[in-house]
Amino acid sequence: MSATKIYVGIDLGSTTTKAIILNGAGDVLGRGITNSRSNYDVACAVARQEAFVRARFALIRTVLGREAALAAVAKGFLPALERTFHLQQHLDQLDRLRQALRQAAAAPRHRDCREQLHDRVESIVAAMREKAPALYGELAVRKSDFFRDLAAADYMHLAEQHSDPKRVTFDTLCGLFDAAILSVENSTGDGSFEHHISAALDRTLASRPAWKQSAEQLRAAVETARLIELKETGTVGTGYGRQRLPFPKEQIRSEILCHGLGAHALFPRTATVLDIGGQDTKAIQVDANGIVTSFQMNDRCAAGCGRYLGYIADEMNLGLHELGPLAQQSRRRVKINSTCTVFAGAELRDRLSLGQRREDILAGLHRAIILRAMSLLARSGGVRQEFTFTGGVARNPAAVDALRGLIKENYGQQTLNISPDSIYTGALGAALFALRGDREAA
Amino acid sequence: MSEHSVEKEQSMLLQKQMIAGHYQALARAPEEGRKTVYTFVPGNLTELLRSFDLLPVLPEINALQSGMRKLSAGYIAEAEKYGHSEDVCTYVKCDIGMLKKGNISPTGTQLPNPDLLLLSYTGCFTFMKWFELLRQEYDCPVAMLHVPYQADGKIHPHHRDYVVEQLRSEVIPMLEKISGRRYDEDRLRASLALSVYAEDDLVWVLESAKNTPSPIDAYFGGVYYIGPIFSAFRGTPEGVEYYRTLRQEIEARLRDGLGPITPEGSMGRERYRLVVEGPPNWTSFREFWKMFYDEGAVVVASSYTKVGGLYDRGFRHDPDRPLESLAEYCMGCYTNLGLPSRVELLESYIREYHADGFMINSVKSCNSFSAGQLLMLRQLEERTGIPGGFIESDLVDPRYFSSANIKNRIESYLQMLEQKRGTKVGA
Repeated sequence: MSATKIYVGIDLGSTTTKAIILNGAGDVLGRGITNSRSNYDVACAVARQEAFVRARFALIRTVLGREAALAAVAKGFLPALERTFHLQQHLDQLDRLRQALRQAAAAPRHRDCREQLHDRVESIVAAMREKAPALYGELAVRKSDFFRDLAAADYMHLAEQHSDPKRVTFDTLCGLFDAAILSVENSTGDGSFEHHISAALDRTLASRPAWKQSAEQLRAAVETARLIELKETGTVGTGYGRQRLPFPKEQIRSEILCHGLGAHALFPRTATVLDIGGQDTKAIQVDANGIVTSFQMNDRCAAGCGRYLGYIADEMNLGLHELGPLAQQSRRRVKINSTCTVFAGAELRDRLSLGQRREDILAGLHRAIILRAMSLLARSGGVRQEFTFTGGVARNPAAVDALRGLIKENYGQQTLNISPDSIYTGALGAALFALRGDREAA
Repeated sequence: MSEHSVEKEQSMLLQKQMIAGHYQALARAPEEGRKTVYTFVPGNLTELLRSFDLLPVLPEINALQSGMRKLSAGYIAEAEKYGHSEDVCTYVKCDIGMLKKGNISPTGTQLPNPDLLLLSYTGCFTFMKWFELLRQEYDCPVAMLHVPYQADGKIHPHHRDYVVEQLRSEVIPMLEKISGRRYDEDRLRASLALSVYAEDDLVWVLESAKNTPSPIDAYFGGVYYIGPIFSAFRGTPEGVEYYRTLRQEIEARLRDGLGPITPEGSMGRERYRLVVEGPPNWTSFREFWKMFYDEGAVVVASSYTKVGGLYDRGFRHDPDRPLESLAEYCMGCYTNLGLPSRVELLESYIREYHADGFMINSVKSCNSFSAGQLLMLRQLEERTGIPGGFIESDLVDPRYFSSANIKNRIESYLQMLEQKRGTKVGA
């Protein structure tokens, strides 16, 4: 049995919690993300577990890669195994949701319709189970990575079908879900590699004759990867919830430093970093080593941060990921003055009632956010070559467009770096601090 | 923090008694027939007022005391009811609110109405508006002392003469009229002589922070140290006694190699030496301070402790030149300095006190401080090669202290200093 040293970085953000695992060479082995919910401890455990699962799959890939004979089979097998594994996790969570729903249905206020409620819950969950494999199909596009969102979408849809205005109303079923999902989210469950890999492996191997034929070798490869000891040599936590982490103080770093170092790791020529997260915006200047030299943050108000977009999405009854693409279809941007989230909501309704197009209003809202970030950037020392944009909002194409335009207007042509994994920048920086700490100690 | 008993030194107890005594004297003033003058800390003429047996009331001190005693939120809300906007200086609103709610002092005693508003106008434009509002409320006379702004960083003889002339022709006659006493220059000289003792000891205390580790915190501790001399006790025997006691305490700490005293006892290892610009937040003062001492950050010099005079730059009241030195005192207060002088002063603090960093606490509702602070930050960074930190809060409006955000910034800043130290970048 071999062992490999790993370094864990955890970023407990206000909206999502991220974990990253690095190997001794600083390569990313695994990433995990979950919604921060109201319980940072659980969020941290879930994100970590997910990163460990991904790290195991990375190890399986390495092991399979060594066996030339398996190369052809392994190509399709590994993604299928991973999808099946996540399906298993999903089914496991559905089981827990079912328990929680039953428990919620047992509340005294449902005395009169308890029987019916139980039946409806069973039917809904059974239907959700049936739909689950499709969510993890080869070409499936999931609207969210979080169980809460996926389950909610299915449940609400099914609840409509399974409710009636007299005995079991839609509202009653929704109420049950709200109570149940909280209890599911606030316990970690066991989504670990150990717990699900064997079922996932059986299921995957059985799904295709070619894999069935190589079952023995494939099983052996998975087993080899499973037995590699992951020696957690260093862990560093960051993010708004960092004080909640059960680490000694030395293992906790400010997210400013982590974002600086993370951005530097992703793009080594980074000089200026803009991070727009759920509740804050940071403009950071770093030196050639990724060391922060100056920073500015939004002050006593979180207007114009990621949550602003979340709020607007809710107001418009859209998914968060739909906002950017819609705004990109704008032909005539509306000028939105307010960066106050609540006022912007009012301005939005006002403009809609005046008959202005959603796309045009959204484009204005995106620009308003970026204008606010521009002021922070200016205060922190401006935009220097190269410029790296991180945080959840960097995933939004309309925000990126607005930023690109304003940077060019104010600072001339600059290289704008955005990584598809930008949401993990803080966690990456934290993991690098853990790695660096170990190297310095050695 | 409430579970810890707060350690109090002799000097703190002394100061507490002095403040309580002063508020009691103010409460008794009407029945004893004593007259009161409301005036401001920067450019205060305490010795002159006392020479007429007049009692000073300092609305800024009332406001900050109300902030520390969790009374300001209610007062501010009260002032807003009367139409004062959310962006107005919160000292003003706290004061107006306190007045509207019966003018009860922060210690619970009744404050007397002013017999005179003495407006020494030193760098803060709001002062004028503030007393305009108070005049409306109290319908009492105002004596205006116009103090020229130090635009070029120098006190010119014609500036001094201009202020002395106002003292002679306007302020003193008004004080004579209010108090019913003749101006007694010998009495004023005697008081100014006492001021010098206190000023010498205060400067010694502030400069003790040049030692490593520093035996004091020159911001969070500093605001206590400046209390008596910036308020009603300059030129009084109690003031002299307070500073003698304080100095002895600090001498002892220095001898014993102790760090600053905090509400939770002596501070641990000194890890960062900082210079701080701007006033502190009063409503979450303890919490704010804790964010520093928990990280081993000690403030070795601050500009806020100079709003009532730059004694550490050599100024002393002079019994031989009573009115002239009062005039120079008014002009030399920190808020009366132009931006280049402020930058120069902070730069010299960073160097003389061997600071690792400097931080600005920016208070938007306080224009006399916040205007130009980002420019100062950049210039200081350029001049010293040391990165600056920037945090934002408020004086006495508790709504504008977002603890998580401020803590995040302070910790990030200190970790950034640590990181730079580790790599010797920019050292």
